[in-house]
Amino acid sequence: MHVQLAWPDYFILLAYTGFVIGIGFALRKYLKSSSDFLTSGRSIPTWVTGLAFISANLGALELVGMAASGAKYGIATSHFYWVGAIPAMVFLAIFMMPFYYGSKARSVPEYLKLRFDERVRALNAVAFAVMTVFASGISMNALAKLLNQLLGWNYHVALWICSGVVLLYVLKGGLTSAIYTEVLQFFMIVLGFAPVVYLGLKDVGGWGAMNQTLQGVAANPGALHLKEAGTTYASNAWSSAWQPLLAGPANNPMGVDWFAMVFGLGFVLSFGYWCTNFLVVQRAMAARNMTAARNTPLVAAVPKMLFPILVIVPGMIAVALTSMPNKGYRIPPPIISDQVYASAAQVVKTAGTLEPAAAFHAVSDAIGKKMDQQKVAALVQNAATLQDDQIKQGLYDAVAEYDYDGVILSLVKKYCPTGLLGLALTALLASFMSGMAGNVTAFNTVWTYDLYQAYIAPKKSDQHYFWMGQAATVVGILVSILTAYFASRYNNAMDIIQLVFGFVNAPLFATFLLGMFWARCTGTGAFLGLFGGIGTSALFHALTLAAGNAPGVKGGYLGVLKTFPSEMAQNFWLATFAFLACFGLTLGISLVTRRTKTNEELKGLVYSLTPKIKDQDAPWCLRPAVVGTVLILACIILNIIFW
Amino acid sequence: MGLDIRWPIGLMFSLVGLLMAIFGFATKNDSEMYARSLHINVNLIWGIILLLFGAFMLFMAMRQKNTPAGPGEK
Repeated sequence: MHVQLAWPDYFILLAYTGFVIGIGFALRKYLKSSSDFLTSGRSIPTWVTGLAFISANLGALELVGMAASGAKYGIATSHFYWVGAIPAMVFLAIFMMPFYYGSKARSVPEYLKLRFDERVRALNAVAFAVMTVFASGISMNALAKLLNQLLGWNYHVALWICSGVVLLYVLKGGLTSAIYTEVLQFFMIVLGFAPVVYLGLKDVGGWGAMNQTLQGVAANPGALHLKEAGTTYASNAWSSAWQPLLAGPANNPMGVDWFAMVFGLGFVLSFGYWCTNFLVVQRAMAARNMTAARNTPLVAAVPKMLFPILVIVPGMIAVALTSMPNKGYRIPPPIISDQVYASAAQVVKTAGTLEPAAAFHAVSDAIGKKMDQQKVAALVQNAATLQDDQIKQGLYDAVAEYDYDGVILSLVKKYCPTGLLGLALTALLASFMSGMAGNVTAFNTVWTYDLYQAYIAPKKSDQHYFWMGQAATVVGILVSILTAYFASRYNNAMDIIQLVFGFVNAPLFATFLLGMFWARCTGTGAFLGLFGGIGTSALFHALTLAAGNAPGVKGGYLGVLKTFPSEMAQNFWLATFAFLACFGLTLGISLVTRRTKTNEELKGLVYSLTPKIKDQDAPWCLRPAVVGTVLILACIILNIIFW
Repeated sequence: MGLDIRWPIGLMFSLVGLLMAIFGFATKNDSEMYARSLHINVNLIWGIILLLFGAFMLFMAMRQKNTPAGPGEK
């Protein structure tokens, strides 16, 4: 069932690889100091940092995870964009960027050191370093798994070769090279997937017909094994963004209530991610001046707002296609090895003599997954007249579980002839590489400046830190490969990434909010508050569970106090609690501890003590505040259109 | 910083677009292959679009080179 690549596909793949590595080598001669390598010397134009800003985030999380969520949850997935990302990016541009860029900090943890003290920085730096390699590993695992499924490439070889390419261009050209290749990757991803989405939409009969089909699916989700047989969702569960949400957790596939969505995702998780995650903020900090830095997230917000077409619609197409029997498509089942299929085929052949119920159980046990009863019965009945290949195909079709991460890839397989196949595949590779390079460049900076220089070996020569930055790049990639092997045990990468972000990022935004807007906030308050927030995350996770999961890795291992309808609801509420705990603790402890920084020291770090930026050189229509307002209005309009 | 990213982007997409367009043209009678893409010769059409995009990027890079102090460049 593997797709064969032909020479035009390989040509496109090699051309892309050649160009990204070439960019790394072309930039090598400009690298003279550690800051050229790690912070790219603050010299890059706005449109470049803007596109790199979203491209760095466009790894496995976006393409594979969002398409998976699009299939699972429908258009409500766009809340990650229109409620989450865009308002957060506008807030970052208008309110927070002046402090990051103006303080001359080289990283987000370094800003925390200037604003608070070493403890806060160390905590943030360690947590961030762990998180980036984790995210990078998940991304690499998803890539290798997909290449294995689509092309039959060896998982391990795919993992190591793709990491090798990223290592080569980041090592040669540093952050500048990562940012430049991210721009190339951005165009590659958009231009590589647009035709696939177009063909998919055309095949299901256009947008209107697709929504019609999805309403049929929502009325009887049991038919596709999306929910227990006999249950039903509101008819617009997949095709409206807000109505199913307002109808309560039982009526939308996400199983989320509107408060968890707006506060948990929209405010806490998204602001925590976009405003404090050094991975993305680093791109803006590489801009050439303050105006360029502030405009970076605003430039990024425009394509970001339109991304649901590229990443969520494919998931919806996949569900619609699965419910149309004449299209010969299904969302792929979890990966099952050829040996299992072969032995199950033997069971199918001999099961004809058994009672129907016993035959069904025998076949299900042989495959080891939930199966569709009718399809298995038909298969067993016709086994004598079928070839082995046909039985295998029949078993594949009868598996009643889905590997949603395979959605994007299965559509590429379905619609792309040789040529376009190479382009779409290259786009996929580009997205994973941009995600990985983003993580690695953020990791090496935080490691070198915030951990190594700060605590392990201060006062060394710049050449020494330059060398360490390069060493950290190599080690970072090796550790993320290890993480990839670890992550290969999990099903939906999205939920896990959200969980990790929930632990680390949710409390962090409370610290920044208080730190940037309240001069009285103290280092001790921030440190203990952050600790309390992360602790609250862990405790919350240990005491709650999502319906359908066994206590353990998914939570609830200290006892189950509350069961949520879905993992997503659990994550959003976890973030909400972590944020509130951190906010409350930081506030309370700050009030009873003494300030260690004077107003003079906090100038440029706290809103009320920093002279307001007057954007008088820019024409009024290009000022960040005006552009930000326009973006927010556009976002509101999108929410209303897809209400 | 030394390198204008529009050059590699323009070159790469021109190259890839050209190849896809030529390949699409050469296989335009292969209806079995294009059954996949709903009988649309996506290689030819999309190849031309990529070629145009690449050429546009090269044009922008060239214009910048001729006027070093153009808009956005300080």
